[in-house]
Formats: sequence, C-alpha cells, structure tokens
Amino acid sequence: MSDNLTLPAQQGPADVTPAEPLLEVQGLTMHFPIYGGFPIKRKVGAVQAVDGVDLTVGVGESVGLVGESGCGKSTTGRLITRLLEPSAGKITYAGRDITHASRREMAPVRSEIQMIFQDPYSSLNPRQTVGTIIKSPMEVNGIEPEGGREKRVRELLELVGLNPEHYNRFPHEFSGGQRQRIGVARALALNPKLIVADEPVSALDVSIQAQVVNLLKKVQEELGIAFLFIAHDLAVVRHFSQRVAVMYLGKVVEVGDRDAIYNRPRHPYTHALLSAVPEVEMDDDAEPRERIRLSGDVPSPIHPPSGCRFRTRCWKAQDKCATEEPPLLQISGNRAGHLTACHFPEEPTTEARDEDVILDPALQALEGSADQG
Amino acid sequence: MTSPVALDPELDESKPGADKGEQKLEGRSPGQLMWQRFKRDRTGVICAVVVIFYFVVALLAPVLTKLSGTDPYTLYGQDPTYNDTPVLDEFGLPLGWFGGLSGSHWFGVEPQYGRDVFAMLVYGMRTSLFMAVGVTVLLMVTGIVIGLIGGYFGGRTDYWIGRVTDFFLSFPQQLFFIAFMPVVTAFFVDPREETPTYFRALAMLIVLWLLGWMGMARLVRSTVLSLREREFVEAAKVSGASPGRIVRKEILPNVVTPILVQFTYQLPSTILTIAFLSFAGVGFVEPTPDWGRLFAAGSQYAQQDPAFIFFPGVALVIFVLAFNLLGDSVRDAFDPKSGR
Repeated sequence: MSDNLTLPAQQGPADVTPAEPLLEVQGLTMHFPIYGGFPIKRKVGAVQAVDGVDLTVGVGESVGLVGESGCGKSTTGRLITRLLEPSAGKITYAGRDITHASRREMAPVRSEIQMIFQDPYSSLNPRQTVGTIIKSPMEVNGIEPEGGREKRVRELLELVGLNPEHYNRFPHEFSGGQRQRIGVARALALNPKLIVADEPVSALDVSIQAQVVNLLKKVQEELGIAFLFIAHDLAVVRHFSQRVAVMYLGKVVEVGDRDAIYNRPRHPYTHALLSAVPEVEMDDDAEPRERIRLSGDVPSPIHPPSGCRFRTRCWKAQDKCATEEPPLLQISGNRAGHLTACHFPEEPTTEARDEDVILDPALQALEGSADQG
Repeated sequence: MTSPVALDPELDESKPGADKGEQKLEGRSPGQLMWQRFKRDRTGVICAVVVIFYFVVALLAPVLTKLSGTDPYTLYGQDPTYNDTPVLDEFGLPLGWFGGLSGSHWFGVEPQYGRDVFAMLVYGMRTSLFMAVGVTVLLMVTGIVIGLIGGYFGGRTDYWIGRVTDFFLSFPQQLFFIAFMPVVTAFFVDPREETPTYFRALAMLIVLWLLGWMGMARLVRSTVLSLREREFVEAAKVSGASPGRIVRKEILPNVVTPILVQFTYQLPSTILTIAFLSFAGVGFVEPTPDWGRLFAAGSQYAQQDPAFIFFPGVALVIFVLAFNLLGDSVRDAFDPKSGR
C-alpha cells in the first residue's frame, strides 16, 4: 500500500523531510514541576512529560505521532500549538522561532497553526451557536473573508459534511461525530497551514471514526494542510500519515516513513506496539506475525530509567542500555529518513520469530499450561 | 452541560433544505431550553408570580398608600387631627378587632403611636427590598470579578485571593454586623449629630458588602477553575484570543447559571439579614419604616397585640419561602439532571 510513498534517498540523518520543513522541533522538553515540602513549598521533582523530542513536519505533510497513554504525545501537541510553555528546546515554524513567543508575537502565525481537540463534548462552548464557534477565530484574527464571515462559515460547514442551515444551532443538538466535524470546521476557518490533531477520533464511535478520519484525509489532500496527527490507534495513523514517529516516555524512539515503521520497524518498542494490534486473519496461509507481550507499565516520568528509557521492559536490554542513552540515528539497515534510537535493534521485519517474546509472567504461565494441556 | 435533550429528526444530515426548507432551523439555546423547562414547573411559576408581586408592591408603595389613604409616618393615635376617629384605647392598644382592622387601616394600627401597619409594611418592604437588591447586586458583582480573576489566572494570584477570602470568611458575621455598624457610622458622622437615614443605609450597604462577597467569589472561582481546563478555552487560545475575550465570551456565559441560582438564594437571605440588623437595633431606626424594625416593635407587643406582628411576619415568611422555592426551580430548570 505504501510503495509509491517511499521517500527519495537523502543524505544525512537529520534531513528527513521530502518537502521543505514547515515545522521543526528540536530537543523539545516539558518538565512539569512538582512542589512539596512544609512549611515552604519548593520544587521537589519534575514530571518529565516530554524530554528532548525532535520532529519535523514538512509543508503539506501528514506526520503521525503514536505511543502509549502518558508518553507525552498530547503534551508535545500542546507545546507546538503553544498552549504550554516549553522548558527547553526550540520550535521553529516557517523559519521563525516561536518557542517562547508571547501572544502578540504569535499573532502573525496564530492563524496558520490550528488544533483539533480530542473530546468533541468539551471542545465546543455549550453557550455558543455553531456559527459563533466557527466564526470566532476569524473575529479574533480580524479576518473578513469575501462575502462575509457567515457565508464562509456556511461553506466550512458544507465542507465538513454538515448542513449549512445548522448555523444557528447549539452544540448540544449534535452527535459526537457531528461535533467533531464542527471542531474541524473551526480549525479550518483560518486557512491554516498546520493542524495539530490531538487524538481527534479516539472519543468517537468506531463507525464514526472512519468518517472523521476520511474527512481529515480529504481536507489534508484538497487543501494541502500539514498535519501532526496524534493518536494511539496505529491503524488510524497508518491510514492517515505519510510519516510516523513513535514516542515512549517523553522521547521519540523511532521515526520513519509509513512503510519503514509498519513493515520494517527496528526499535523493540515499535515491534511490541505493532504486535499488540489485533488482526483478523481470514486465511490460514497468511504469514504469521510476531508476538510480543510486554509486562508492567510505563515507568514513572518523574523518575525515568537511566540510559534507554525502554530498557526496563525490553527483552534485549544489556548493561550498555542502562548507562548510555541511544541517539536517534539512521542505524545500519535503515533506509533514508528512518531513524531509530536503539543500541540493539531488531531485524526489520514483523514476521513471526522462532519464539514469541512474552514478558508478562501471568501470560507466560497461562501459555505454559496451555502447551502442556 | 450536555443535557439529555432529545435530538429532533431535523438533524439528520439529509439534503439541506429539500423538504423542510421552510421550517425554522433555529437552534434552541441552553437559555431558551431552560426557560421552557422553567415554564413547565408550576411551583416555580407561582413563586415567580408571588415574588414579582412583592416587588410590584414595593415599587408601588406610594400609590398603594394613596389608595388606602394612610401614610407610614402619621401617628393616628396621638395626632390631634385624628381625635374624632380614635384608634387606640386608654392603654395604647388598638381599638377594634384583631389589631384594629378597619376600612381605613387595612392591617390595623401600631400600639402606642397608632401608625398604620399597612403603610408601614409596604414602605418597609420598599426599604428592605431595595436595600437587599442593592447589597446583593454589589456583592454579586464583587464576587464574580474576584472569582473570575482568581479562577482564571490561578497560581499565585489565586493563592492570595483565596487567603483574603478566607480571612473575610473567618469573621463571625452576625457579630461583626452588630459591632461594625456603629464603627462605620462613627467613622463618617460625628456621633453627637443625628445620623441621616441615607447614611445608615449606606453604612449597612458597606458592611453587608464587605462581609458578604466571599461565597459568590468561591462559587465563581470553582466554576471557572473547571471551565478553564475545558478544551473550548484552549481552542480560543489557539485562535489567539486575548484573556479578556476568553473570560468574556467563553467563560462568563457559562458561569451565568450558577450566578443566577446563587442570586435567587442570596436575595432572601440578604433581606433577612437586613431585617435582623434593624431588629438588633443597628439598622434603620425610628421613624424609617422597615421590615426588620416592624418585627422589633411587634415583638414587644406580641402578647397584648399579636396582630401587630402577624401581618409583617406572614408577609416575610411568604416572600422568603417563595423566593427560595423560586431558586430551587431556577436551579432545576438550568440543570435537568438535578430534577426530581
């Protein structure tokens, strides 16, 4: 499905985007301080939600950001839209450093970076009509489209597949999928160049998810908007994104084009993630896929493991992993633009291995007894 | 917020305006839905009518006393002009049935002085209601502003505003009303001179305001805290909206509900507090007609002339009851989930 999307070979590991970069993120870090102590509160630690993320989104490109819950995907999205103030790192949008830009300094690019939110029930103000909701970004930015704002709102409603006559309705009169469409229309109101979609479909019914994802895909292709698509649903990201970045505990562990990540993953965590996707195999001759069952939870981001952050749950971990943090590089065997942060990468395949990797003791016991019985 | 309101079939994403083009496609705002639910609540509507009736009476007090032909200041029992129509016996108690009910004194007369109870009551209501509305509006506005600032900006601002709120909350209110009133008055007016009535009103306003805004501030702050984290606020931020705009357009409309509910609870309790102040002797004094002062006077004659305290008492009980029930109905109408 992705042969035609293979990226042209390029030199150098950093230069991975096919198009000119629209958004560049370097070493982005967000540490939420924890205060404690009595009687004087002081900083006693930090939740290292995002810890040195490098990411590039090209013009009109759709980049997926996947990872477990709590790995810092959403925080990354909020940092890029400047809802949060990064602790360190650099965000460059179209050559302009917006890392610590104030609201006024942001004004020129505000309209170009928009966001679609996760929960369609809390992302629309219940006291405003749909028209007001979609119109207000235009009011804030003083945009007066041809034919008036109301006409533009009706066009947008039509574009996202809603009845333009619903202009005067209130959000509570819509279903979840329709509400998310309103959210999409609002994000489109300013003709953005980059949309950060923070799990835009995870709150929706599965049957509605497809509609909304297809709507986003249509919008992306027709309007040429770059997307940073944050999701934990690998299938959705595969459908939507040309490039994918895998995050684990505040770090990007692997990044590459869709084919590289889904068919030739190198990082053990990517392998584990992919093998966790349930699959319906109709024919028995189909190539069996590898099985990896991790145990335990993601370690606390307050005290992340030293060295490689995945080592506590990795079956290949060695002493080196604890002392040395693997850099995000194009390791040998990777195609251009496919970067992996691992000392002992896996084979670039997702086919079944001789022995399943099952780290979960309970599952191991279960499998053992099944074999005997 | 996401009320289980039936979605009407018009919402189907079918051809826009094909067969139902002429039908209205106006959405009903949460406010309109609330109004519809409220209209269905019989208790609420009755109470609203009663409450409005009281306000009308207070507003029209001069007209009503003109109708009854009495006024609250004339001493019908002592004034020589009215010697030919005696209203008091030789002990100073009203002549006639139940406190001296008659065609000219609809609710009887006051013992000792013979003032007209009806005129005193309607004028007293006027004083109390207007004072209460003034105080309530003032402390509502203060509470809303402080709560909005604390809730929206959070952090250090919120911390210090919270401590100041705690400080004011820690005063024993009733005691301080009584203790502060003379202090505030003495601060502006020489104690040897007569305190003008308007100044008494002003002093009460100041004291009740200073010691009354905290509840509202707390309520607004907590509501704003939960609203601030909602994604529609973030969406407004992403579009570049200023904090002022976010507070005005996104947050304030969502705080209106608790504010309105709180208002309907606050007003009757303020009326009672003002009545209490006058009762305790630090509010309005003779001869200003006032609800609380009527009680203070009435309680002295409760045994000899129970009718004197009966009319003001019943009027107050009905009013406070109706207003509180109205508050319940307003809350139910706003929040369908809390309904019985």
